[in-house]
Amino acid sequence: MSNPPDVPVYKRRDILEPVAELGQLAARTPVYRNTGSEVYDWIAVGRDEVRAILGDTERFSTRPPQENPDLPRPRPEPGNLLMYDLPEHTKLRQKLTPDFTVRRMRALEPAIERIVTGQLDVLEKAGRPADLMKHFARPVSGLVGCAVLGIPRDDLPQLARMTDIRAARRSPKRTAARKAFNAYMDRIVAQKRRDPGEDLLSTLIQRHGSGLTDQELAGICSSVIAGELENASEMLGLGALALLVHPDQFGRLRERPELMENAVEELLRYVSVVSVASPRTALEDVTIGGQVIKEGEVVGCSLFAAHRATAPGEPPDTLDITREPGSHMALGHGIHFCLGAALARMQLRIAYRGLLDRFPGLRLAVPPEELRFRLLAPQHGIETLPVEW
Amino acid sequence: MELRVDRDRCAGTGQCALFLPAVFDQSEDDGKVLLLEPRPAAEQAASVRAAARRCPTGAITLLVTETSHG
Ligand code: HEM
Ligand code: SF4
Repeated sequence: MSNPPDVPVYKRRDILEPVAELGQLAARTPVYRNTGSEVYDWIAVGRDEVRAILGDTERFSTRPPQENPDLPRPRPEPGNLLMYDLPEHTKLRQKLTPDFTVRRMRALEPAIERIVTGQLDVLEKAGRPADLMKHFARPVSGLVGCAVLGIPRDDLPQLARMTDIRAARRSPKRTAARKAFNAYMDRIVAQKRRDPGEDLLSTLIQRHGSGLTDQELAGICSSVIAGELENASEMLGLGALALLVHPDQFGRLRERPELMENAVEELLRYVSVVSVASPRTALEDVTIGGQVIKEGEVVGCSLFAAHRATAPGEPPDTLDITREPGSHMALGHGIHFCLGAALARMQLRIAYRGLLDRFPGLRLAVPPEELRFRLLAPQHGIETLPVEW
Repeated sequence: MELRVDRDRCAGTGQCALFLPAVFDQSEDDGKVLLLEPRPAAEQAASVRAAARRCPTGAITLLVTETSHG
């Protein structure tokens, strides 16, 4: 599918590949002035510049931008870590970190295995060709989110609908969907306070008591659901697509299961599902990449460009699941590094293993050119992924 | 070769422990880095350097002394 004209160059992709223009930009103007966006004054596309900005919490803030210069900077939504600056960020993140460690996530492994097996059955029953997004990627990530929070799985369709509308920037129903979503999360928190279960939300409540407010807890729940439904689901699907359009890599991974951990890192880097990190506002004038970003101006950091753009004349970047995993930024960089990283990695490993074992002959059911992508959201996304086996 | 971790900078991402569990661990209490091996063997130099590079907050530093061959 060709890119519609209103898609800015830093979001354009040919299926999963960067367009040539992006490489030219990254080589010539690693930080460039952006026009025609409501959000970003600048876009950073150079790898070193992106890394420097994300790592520089002293001079760049993720708090919501100031609309009225006479008022103090708006507060972040409670519980939405991504919008907290230091030192509040540390205070909240420290309360959450112990329950998101690799070790703690391992306890969820059997539940995730069950979810994946269940959806493989659904996919198989759907018959060839089946939509891998609808029958596998979206439900797997949604159900993992429900398991983490101890939410009944029957509520998932309703949550997924609200999340979709919330994310659609121009939908008139957006405010209503946001309200309904928040009200839902408030109810879940109240219910877990009364009647705690074995889930991570209950653990947080029991560990911290009133040390985490209901609003903060609801915000944390929203981040978990968003992390799953917006990031993990698209990553799962697009990573599968990356393997399907590289049958040699698909075959190698099938034959050598020990490559899985490495493969997941490479797929995270290659897909860079979060195309652009959350807006960073300069707290003072900052000189970077030959430009001066003025105090109050907003930068979008293109993780996709940082990982994938190559200068004109250089060989294009390719998918290589045996590549020594470098220090990619697909899960962020700096203090806002993804809280759900251990969870995301584990579920990707289990899901890809399951797909390869169950469907060794998995392939696309349509030519790649016919796939339709979601290019305007901060995440790269795909509408449907028809597969056969 | 000597290693230092700055627990004030550490954001508890667990990247180091995942990458090199023989040298780094993640605390059960605050989720931050625990240094298991402040003086890793010279053979580990490359992995330790890679772990330091991967730390998203730059909390891991290596001090290389002339005599340690590390
Ligand atoms: C493959 C799936 C995922 C990807 C690629 C991903 C990517 C990212 C990225 C790039 C950031 C940093 C954004 C920025 O700096 O602007 C981030 C932050 C975050 N992610 Fe994820 N994420 C994924 C899954 C999840 C899941 C499953 C959760 C649920 C627990 C989650 C929760 C969060 C939270 C809470 C933050 C903010 C952390 C902070 O500000 O300290 N993510 N993620
Ligand atoms: S990688 Fe860095 S930030 Fe993450 S736990 Fe280790 S020292 Fe801390």
